[in-house]
Amino acid sequence: MSVELPADTDAVQTPEEIADLLGDLVIGREEHLNAPGFVIKPDTVVDALRRLRDQAGFDHLSCVTAEEYEDRYESIYHLTSYDDRTQEVSIVVPADKENPVSQSANEVFRTADWHEREAYDLIGIEYDDHPDLRRILLPETWQGHPLGQSYDQDQPQVVPLREHQNPLLEDQKADNDSETMYLNIGPHHPATHGVLHIKTVLDGEQVVDLEPDIGYLHRCEEQMCQNSTYRYQIMPYPDRWDYISAGLLNEWAYARTAEELADIEVPEYAQIIRTMGAELCRMAAHFLALGTFALDIYGDFTALFMYSIRDREKVQNILEELTGQRLMFNYFRLGGVVWDLPEPREEFFEMTRDFLDDLPTALEEYHDMMTSNEILQVRTVDTGVLPPEVAKSYGATGPVARGSGIDYDVRRDDPYGYYENLDWDVVTEDGCDNFSRLLVRMREVEESAKIVEQCIDLLEDWPEDERNIQSNVPRTIKPDDDTEIYKAVEGAKGELGIYIRSDGTEKPGRFKIRSPCFSNLQTLPEMSNGEYVPDAIASLGSLDIVLGEVDR
Amino acid sequence: MSSDNQQPFVTDSSKVGTETREARLSGQDNRFNSRLREAFGSSPFILTKFDKFMNWVRGSSMFMLQFGIACCSIEMMHTYAVKHDLDRFGAGVPRASPRQADVIIIPGTIVSKFAPRMKRVYDQMPEPKFVIGMGSCTISGGPFQEGYNVVKGAEEVIPVDIHVPGCPPRPEALIYGVAKLQERIANGESSPVTVKPYELEEFGDLERDEIVDQLAQEIDVEDLVMRYNWADSP
Ligand code: SF4
Repeated sequence: MSVELPADTDAVQTPEEIADLLGDLVIGREEHLNAPGFVIKPDTVVDALRRLRDQAGFDHLSCVTAEEYEDRYESIYHLTSYDDRTQEVSIVVPADKENPVSQSANEVFRTADWHEREAYDLIGIEYDDHPDLRRILLPETWQGHPLGQSYDQDQPQVVPLREHQNPLLEDQKADNDSETMYLNIGPHHPATHGVLHIKTVLDGEQVVDLEPDIGYLHRCEEQMCQNSTYRYQIMPYPDRWDYISAGLLNEWAYARTAEELADIEVPEYAQIIRTMGAELCRMAAHFLALGTFALDIYGDFTALFMYSIRDREKVQNILEELTGQRLMFNYFRLGGVVWDLPEPREEFFEMTRDFLDDLPTALEEYHDMMTSNEILQVRTVDTGVLPPEVAKSYGATGPVARGSGIDYDVRRDDPYGYYENLDWDVVTEDGCDNFSRLLVRMREVEESAKIVEQCIDLLEDWPEDERNIQSNVPRTIKPDDDTEIYKAVEGAKGELGIYIRSDGTEKPGRFKIRSPCFSNLQTLPEMSNGEYVPDAIASLGSLDIVLGEVDR
Repeated sequence: MSSDNQQPFVTDSSKVGTETREARLSGQDNRFNSRLREAFGSSPFILTKFDKFMNWVRGSSMFMLQFGIACCSIEMMHTYAVKHDLDRFGAGVPRASPRQADVIIIPGTIVSKFAPRMKRVYDQMPEPKFVIGMGSCTISGGPFQEGYNVVKGAEEVIPVDIHVPGCPPRPEALIYGVAKLQERIANGESSPVTVKPYELEEFGDLERDEIVDQLAQEIDVEDLVMRYNWADSP
């Protein structure tokens, strides 16, 4: 498959310039809190997106949100730019209530493929010219679209246990020479990092066709959030999206979106605590990625896996002191955090410092045993190659994008928290292969350590009477009816975005999660087709997906 | 299983207790039957001793299935690894194949698409086999119980011997659960099935109703299917 390349353009577009560019495609205007919204007709999606991508530099389709209103369906394409994350625009595509059909954006952005399949699955919008419009999260025999308005949750369903068929078998009937083998990997398999199913067609040991089949952990996270109140009830759920200890990073995604939506200030002191906690989480998440990667590549259950768990235990101890929980922290509140650092503070600082002091030695150990290990090098250097333009077309973010040399990090490009005031670097590697992604994660641990250290210094000297951990937030939060916002933070795996539309009550009218893993996983076929099976497994490991976030 | 007969969810704790007690009093229940036991069947004296010995062996060396589902599996990994080291209790050998495992820890939320596959994995394990439900999700669906796609507890699908509550349970709690299970196995006890599990059955055997008629085009009569009834489960 070839990827359409966007043309080079100069950045910074005012809403008026965008309106001019889209010209008569625009049939209405909307104002989202994060970006201007342009309403277009359902059959002009490709045209509009291509213009924006080629002539205005909007080369990152971050998310596609679909929803159903009383009188219409709507797909929203949230576009931004890899070069300048603060440039945002929403393309709103209404579709007919009776017969919701809309043009697919797959031609312009590859990532639209899965996003639109999800919209079809959960909401029921059909996309014209979509290459493969099937259910993606729910079983294929599911009846109804659960996030649509007319769905009856009480109706019974029948779920089949099917043998999966070789999709290339038909082609081979004519030509008996070549023979392919069909291989199911997962949904219960140690190398899939959870319940992922990969349909693989092999020719000898080479992968001819590979298709991730997801949805084995679709826990209705969006429905759960739509049924919960902004103030307290939603916050525990983000912990369970990316559950590899990345809880605080996810909580921040929700906190950032809701705070902007309800116009809540966060005291500086709380921002520093948040930043410190979030970076600790990132380290813990990356440690596990390293450990399981070694496990995938050369079955290292004894040394590296154990080392990484050892370091995770240390981080988890710190986080437990801070939040009271090992994994599901529920520590952020809208407007701040729930409590201050644990007393005695000196002990907490000492404990964290000890960990940071030991870190260089630990990392050296990792480098000795992993990156300078010949087996690992042979298996990862120049395998699973993901060129930057392909990565962009699939909306890849996080270490996956940075391993392909894309200098993109929401922490720096659309600053939040206290990151702006600290001294740290965005890590990129341009090998585009499995090895680069591994290196990016390892170097990011160092950067995170730098950030944590600076935060601790700040917190230590913070005057005692200015330790304000939460601003005044009303008991119930009811944003104005029909306010829409899409905001993202840098999670452990990449850009974790949330779209909320309020409906005037204290619960969101639509809550949509943009999961980085969902987009990253989509690149797997690109990296694996034509490679050997073990390389495909290595690529999967290097993507570092977590199924709770892929399926939500 | 049909939707209209109510599932016998036993809320009366004395009843559960009785069944467990009965199993305990009668010594062995049939989940413990093995070929060896049949072979030794002619001599009752050796049989009792041998059973006791076998149970002790079983409890002291358990092969766990390496099986991760959701968030709880992270804590499960920590339980296997340094610091908590489940191996100290003779239960730390994770096997990747269900055919080599005696214990399956179910660490996470089960959703409709996964339930039939989990049943399959369970069916592939050799007897006698034991199940540890880890986390609230395997008890009731946990925080996701209201979800349209979520199975409300592992017991809807397979029988569970020990429930470890928590969201997620700490590794210590899981170790306690495993130790309790070992104790029970050594005593030759197993838990009765309290909820009628969802069954994998051929599509043609399902009771005909609206949904079955609707799907008749899509599913062959011989296909194995599982009926999923969000509203009817306890
Ligand atoms: S019980 Fe809690 S931690 Fe465990 S799988 Fe369910 S939601 Fe995750």
